Amino acid sequence: METVTENTAPVKLTAKDFTSDQEVKWCPGCGDYSILKQVQTVLPDMGGEREKYVFVSGIGCSSRFPYYMATYGMHSIHGRAAAIATGVKTANPELNVWMVSGDGDCLSIGGNHFIHMMRRNPNIKVMMFNNEIYGLTKGQYSPTSAKGIVTKSTPYGSVDEPFNPAELALGAKSSFFARTMDRDPKHMQFVINRANQHHGTAFVEVYQNCPVFNDEVFGIFTDKATKKDETIFVEHGKPLVFGPTENKGIKLDGFKPVIVDLTDGSVSKDDLWIHDETDKTKAFILAQFADFSTPELHFPRPFGVFYTEDRPCIDEQINEQIAAVQAKKPRIPLNKILSGEKTWTIL
Amino acid sequence: MESTIENKPMRATQTKETDSVVVRFSGDSGDGMQLTGMQFTDTAALLGQDISTFPEYPAEIRAPIGTIAGVSGFQVHFGSKEIFTPGDFYDVIVAMNSAALKVDLPRLKKGGIIIANTAGFDSKNLKLAGYPEGTVSPLEDGSLANYQVYKIEVTKHTKDALKDSGLGMKEIERCKNMFVLGVLFWMFDKTMDFTIANLKEKFGKKPDILNANITALKSGWNYGENTEIFTTRYKISAAKLPAGVYRNISGNQSLAIGLMAAAEKAGLDIFLGSYPITPASDVLHELAKYKSNGVKTFQAEDEIAAICSAIGASYAGSLGVTTTSGPGMALKTEAMGLALILEIPLIICDIQRGGPSTGLPTKTEQSDLLMAMYGRHGESPLPIVAAASPADCFDAVYEAVRISLEHMVPVIFLSDGYIANGAEPWKFPSEDELKPIAVKFLKENNNGDGKFLPYKRDENGVRPWVIPGTKGLEHRIGGLEKQNETGNVSYDSVNHEVMVKLRAEKVEKIADFIPLAKPDSGKEKGKLVVLGWGSTHGAIKTAVLELLDEGYDIAHVHLRNLNPFPKNLGQLLHNYDKVLIPEMNCGQLLQLVRAKYLLPAIGLNKVQGMPFTTEEVKSKIIELYNQA
Repeated sequence: METVTENTAPVKLTAKDFTSDQEVKWCPGCGDYSILKQVQTVLPDMGGEREKYVFVSGIGCSSRFPYYMATYGMHSIHGRAAAIATGVKTANPELNVWMVSGDGDCLSIGGNHFIHMMRRNPNIKVMMFNNEIYGLTKGQYSPTSAKGIVTKSTPYGSVDEPFNPAELALGAKSSFFARTMDRDPKHMQFVINRANQHHGTAFVEVYQNCPVFNDEVFGIFTDKATKKDETIFVEHGKPLVFGPTENKGIKLDGFKPVIVDLTDGSVSKDDLWIHDETDKTKAFILAQFADFSTPELHFPRPFGVFYTEDRPCIDEQINEQIAAVQAKKPRIPLNKILSGEKTWTIL
Repeated sequence: MESTIENKPMRATQTKETDSVVVRFSGDSGDGMQLTGMQFTDTAALLGQDISTFPEYPAEIRAPIGTIAGVSGFQVHFGSKEIFTPGDFYDVIVAMNSAALKVDLPRLKKGGIIIANTAGFDSKNLKLAGYPEGTVSPLEDGSLANYQVYKIEVTKHTKDALKDSGLGMKEIERCKNMFVLGVLFWMFDKTMDFTIANLKEKFGKKPDILNANITALKSGWNYGENTEIFTTRYKISAAKLPAGVYRNISGNQSLAIGLMAAAEKAGLDIFLGSYPITPASDVLHELAKYKSNGVKTFQAEDEIAAICSAIGASYAGSLGVTTTSGPGMALKTEAMGLALILEIPLIICDIQRGGPSTGLPTKTEQSDLLMAMYGRHGESPLPIVAAASPADCFDAVYEAVRISLEHMVPVIFLSDGYIANGAEPWKFPSEDELKPIAVKFLKENNNGDGKFLPYKRDENGVRPWVIPGTKGLEHRIGGLEKQNETGNVSYDSVNHEVMVKLRAEKVEKIADFIPLAKPDSGKEKGKLVVLGWGSTHGAIKTAVLELLDEGYDIAHVHLRNLNPFPKNLGQLLHNYDKVLIPEMNCGQLLQLVRAKYLLPAIGLNKVQGMPFTTEEVKSKIIELYNQA
């Protein structure tokens, strides 16, 4: 017996190990830099071998992402990353498959694949960089752009009703929805970690600033002056509280959310809506905060994990079904497949 | 000559030897004609006769009962001689109703046999078939005097035979196809054993239905034996096919088996990404059965997701396959370009049908050749392999997989509705007879101490296949143009041209690894050569063989590899004074051959959703042959 114990523990990887040698070519000030940095920062802590990671993207500014990761990756075609990633994961469930997409790539040209991915729930982590604009084609409105937005393709303002990504994902049976933002690195790291831990398709919407074509579209959520009033960070088991001094809360009146003042003593934190990540109905209400846009119905924008559910993944089910059949039925020898059931002989 | 039960002749049934017969089973799409035809075919095949079949059904699953639109036909050509087509004209029509007879009568040979179900010729059915009110049935008006008409009360006899079966009227009526099959088995002196065994397999758990079907079948046989309406029975000997073990196989089945065989020889699992489409869906159905062999089938949300999931699977180390027909092919083109620039293996099966647009979903055509050749943006050549017959789908797709894996390139496999649904006997190979397929995943850096080069090519221009999970070779690939060797994104203009040429040269180089062209029949030199590809093989072969017998100096060359062409093709074609190219399109191979070899080739073109008849090919050959 060998008595000398060798140190076989894997060398701890660092962010540098996930950084490729390619020059990053996003515009100066682009929110994508922050997302790339947070992913490269968090990945080493997630464990797992670098060679098992595959980043699949579509087309758009966001989709250049795989080139900058020192993992396996495919920069594919517009809108189709979901389908390609599903094929990768189903062919080899051992791989840790991530998909990177943008609001146009994911919800417009890739909308069909997106909803079907949500219902099928392959064990893939999906990050959608939402900047509410087409950047790579130089500034047309996107399926998440606010109605009325003036862009190159809508000089008189867009008349197109936008998608609400959270609502769309949950409506398509998403098993995990979270929202974060480029300018809150800590929160983004937290959300990426949560997504990684999720079993199933984890869909993360990242609010990402496009400084060139849609600058500060999320400014009220990221600027110090307005952030505390305009955002609410939800955490499982905790009451929905926001405001500069945690002075405001949200309670539910039936299914109707109501903003309450926590300073006048009429409402205590115990009366507030306690966030429950497993409650789909409440997740839908959170999703709709973004649509309450009248002055009377103005709600802070929620960030964090809205909803999570552990349900079967198609990639595993396809492979499990094969294993179940194989357990009962031996592999059919090729010669048997070639001959079929009925043959005749000519002498 | 007409015979009916009424004027009973003396028992005078004679047995006639014949070498081939074409039977057309024709009825309403609910009459079970496809099943009846297949049962008849299986029996003929198992008795050692050569066969070729052609099912023809409406695009509507249940068109209005009794109408022309609802007619479903199954044609089988069987005999003791070698058979290459389902036959141009029918010897026998089984007509379950007047619409069926109306559709099929024009192709019945003079003196041919009509077996008619009288219940399908009542005034209601005549009206449904489009005859004016008050028309006398064609069975009674003397118009069929040139044929042998057997009027049989199939519906009534089936009901009588099954009156004690305990089944409801609807279920009893469903058995009338078995009665007809029984009559046909008697008429062609064929055993009922195979069909009975098959029924037992199918209805083993439903004894009522099983017994009713067997009773109806036997009643049909006994009807032939006892009623003495038939004057002749036909005897067809076993065919003198090359010695060996055979099975009956359809094109889509042999395609599925070919994929399975190639994957196994290559040591890979199949991943099929597919979206249902006529006439390709059967390949998905067939492969979905083979879970025990690790086949993964994924019914995607659309044609694009189907090919993209297969690309993902190929990238991850499976044999990625997608199956479709014309409209789906059109949708997949962008993804094909991706697979092409990634330089990964992928099998794209296009089971062609009549186009453009939705076109003729259930009818056959060869009109996707130029789309396969050029239907992508940019300079984007892909290898194309086409199957010539149902059984040939196996060999052709096996070849497609070999090319794809050994040359790291997506390959387009072309079949069509005619051979996908048609069937023929197949002298199937054994596992050991199949060519090996070499697949090697690269595990080590190919650049010494330098950085791994994912697009470094071997002497055949082929890059290595590295699958995710391989330690130390992490790299990124994508649809953007890449720098030669490193695969990094490159917008350099000269590099782009280099890469375009490298990808094209890789495809051209495949010509070194495929067989040279040689005549299928006839000599390597002569007055005229008929050049074909795909499912026209049977009609061309029959026509050329018949004319060779008559002393014509002609030959038949049939192409499996349409891109690249066999290296000697131009040289071979120049050996003949004239080149005739029959195609079920407006002249697509014709354009390619004329452009590439500067030959004044002449087309014979048909776009009627129907295969060529032997006669059509023969008369064109004769016309051209005799022209100065």
